[in-house]
Amino acid sequence: MFKRDDIGTSNMQSEVPLLEIKNLHAGIDGNEILNGINIEIGAGEIHAIMGRNGSGKTTTANIVMGHPDFDVEEGEIKLSGNNLLDLEPWERAKEGVFLSFQYPQAVPGLQVGNFLKKSVASIKGEEAAKGKNFRELLKKSMKELNMPSSFLSRYVNDGFSGGEKKRFEILQMMLLQPKLAILDETDSGLDIDGIRTVATGINSSIRGTESGALIITHYSRILDYVKPDKIHVLIDGKIVATGDSTLATDLEENGYDWLEEKIKGGDE
Amino acid sequence: MKTSQEARDVVGDYKSGWHDTENSTIRFDSGLSEKVVRDISKIKNEPEWMTEVRVKAYRHFTEREMPTWGNMSMLEQINFEEVCYYLRSSSATENDWDEVPEEIRNTFERLGIPEAEQKWLSGVTAQYESEAVYHSIREDLVAQGVIFLDMDSGLREYPEIVKKWFCSVVPYSDNKFSALNTAVWSGGSFIYVPKGVHVKMPVQAYFRINAKNMGQFERTLIVADEGSSIHYVEGCTAPTYSTDSLHSAVVELVALPGSHIRYSTVQNWSANVYNLVTKRGIAHKNAKIEWVDGNIGSKLTMKYPSVILKGEGSHAEVISVAYSGNGQHQDAGAKIHHLASNTTSKILSKSISKDGGRGSYRGMVTVSPKAENCKLNIVCDALILDDESRSDTYPTMEVANPTARCEHEASVSKVSDEQLFYLMSRGHSEEEALALIVNGFFEPFTRELPMEYAVELNKLMALEMEGSIG
Repeated sequence: MFKRDDIGTSNMQSEVPLLEIKNLHAGIDGNEILNGINIEIGAGEIHAIMGRNGSGKTTTANIVMGHPDFDVEEGEIKLSGNNLLDLEPWERAKEGVFLSFQYPQAVPGLQVGNFLKKSVASIKGEEAAKGKNFRELLKKSMKELNMPSSFLSRYVNDGFSGGEKKRFEILQMMLLQPKLAILDETDSGLDIDGIRTVATGINSSIRGTESGALIITHYSRILDYVKPDKIHVLIDGKIVATGDSTLATDLEENGYDWLEEKIKGGDE
Repeated sequence: MKTSQEARDVVGDYKSGWHDTENSTIRFDSGLSEKVVRDISKIKNEPEWMTEVRVKAYRHFTEREMPTWGNMSMLEQINFEEVCYYLRSSSATENDWDEVPEEIRNTFERLGIPEAEQKWLSGVTAQYESEAVYHSIREDLVAQGVIFLDMDSGLREYPEIVKKWFCSVVPYSDNKFSALNTAVWSGGSFIYVPKGVHVKMPVQAYFRINAKNMGQFERTLIVADEGSSIHYVEGCTAPTYSTDSLHSAVVELVALPGSHIRYSTVQNWSANVYNLVTKRGIAHKNAKIEWVDGNIGSKLTMKYPSVILKGEGSHAEVISVAYSGNGQHQDAGAKIHHLASNTTSKILSKSISKDGGRGSYRGMVTVSPKAENCKLNIVCDALILDDESRSDTYPTMEVANPTARCEHEASVSKVSDEQLFYLMSRGHSEEEALALIVNGFFEPFTRELPMEYAVELNKLMALEMEGSIG
């Protein structure tokens, strides 16, 4: 049902994977948070990372995006075979990495509509942010996410409710059409309708495309709507188990302690 | 980066730091004396009463002490003997750009003034050193009786109106620099809007200092008669020199019953200009005065646009932003006096300091004992971009009537790494991310500006953020 990560991430595809994280050791101010992570995501795949608070889930997301506070000590992160580690966050964004933040930041005075246009122009080129195609994609995506058009004149995340913030992250993902979407606790702060809406957005952006997604979550709720191809369980900065979507159900029923016990048992 | 290139195209590199060969027709020797004051008046062929006002003001100036607030150590560095108090580069004020001397015309063309005039302005006056070199107003406004002249022409052609209001809002004895301005004033705008006339498109004045060690002392008087309205916009730039120049203006606004005056400024002097300006308006019954005041340039600015709410139901708004970079101190704010009942006021002040710059908000709001049911709203926000920079707030409120409703909010914030990371993850470089945050912070101000100014201000700020990341 599940395998240790060193077995689980063995290369099953012959072509270059979309995302390849290899033996990643990283930390902050000399404290190691991740000690040897391996994840490989293929085109069209959705993976999930589960784990308790403090296990290193958000750190993994931040490091793939290039957060300047973290130091990578060892290992590789490649997107379609290209090394990401030497790139600045905005360069990674242009390569196709997108991070839906757990705590999106407010920028008072910066209008949502203006910001979306500028971000699309920056990542996909000036032409992509102009004209009818852009407007139509924007309209369609907002409709899918149940966002009124008045949203566009509000300021970025300023005074947004928890649910609005998460929907706005997904809206950005739908417009930026990244190769790799990392969704950090996108389900927290959402009610069940919100989760369903967001899941629809994720499915339509990834399934049947060349893109991939990495969903980070504590709970299995969102995974009921976005069936991940693989689930990785992170404990103390290490992936201790990788399995299919049934792993989420088992974790939900039995908790992380059960898993830790089980692994210990397996080691003996 | 595209924005930067666009910005350079618009504003050049200080952005407006080049200078023309100084080609003056009249240049006074540096230094100030009663003779200099009388000579200025004589050259302008002024009526006797104006000469006398100038001389009185000069005497007051020599006795008056420097202000004891703002930045006293910077103020003490001003050497009044090194300043040139009058410099004329063109013998006439033209109403056709083709008649303006070529070099001066080129300057204003580089600043985009003739183009803006054609696109979106009701009238333009362009001042170069001490005198207006160009002036025009749309004919339909002339037909409605609107007067828009440079101040010297105003005094010549409408002496009775000027005499009635000159120094009535800002007496020469108000402060040392209002005394100096009254003594040596030259140029500025004179506007009279007749009863019930609404000037729909803004009129603009552009002030340019070109010469070294120059003192520019323009004097502006705007009278809006009953039920009329006008929007006046001013911009200013100067070349970058290693020695300092002095800009000390006085602006007087008279808003008669039911009228509306909006006065917008984007001040972008080079970092060697002292900008010590007195701006004040009187609002009569149900009149409205708004100051929209942006301070981006200069070495030291001390400026507190004021409104005296004299008539019942009158309203004042002061919306200001200040950007203080390396070596700059923006000491700006607002003053509002509620003298009548049911008067309302709103102050919104935003300041950004960076690279060791210093921004101060200095505000005073008073409510007199007789003024019932006044409403006051004051919001001051400061954004500090690094640890070397500084921001201070000096608010004063004197409320002598218990029915007044006062709200005061102040905040100081820093740009957080998380905010920058969020924006960078959306494809924006660190500098672009900072510019997005800074322009967002200024947005409540820029949305009040005519669109063309708002765009230019955003580009200017994007330029200021360039090379700022270590």
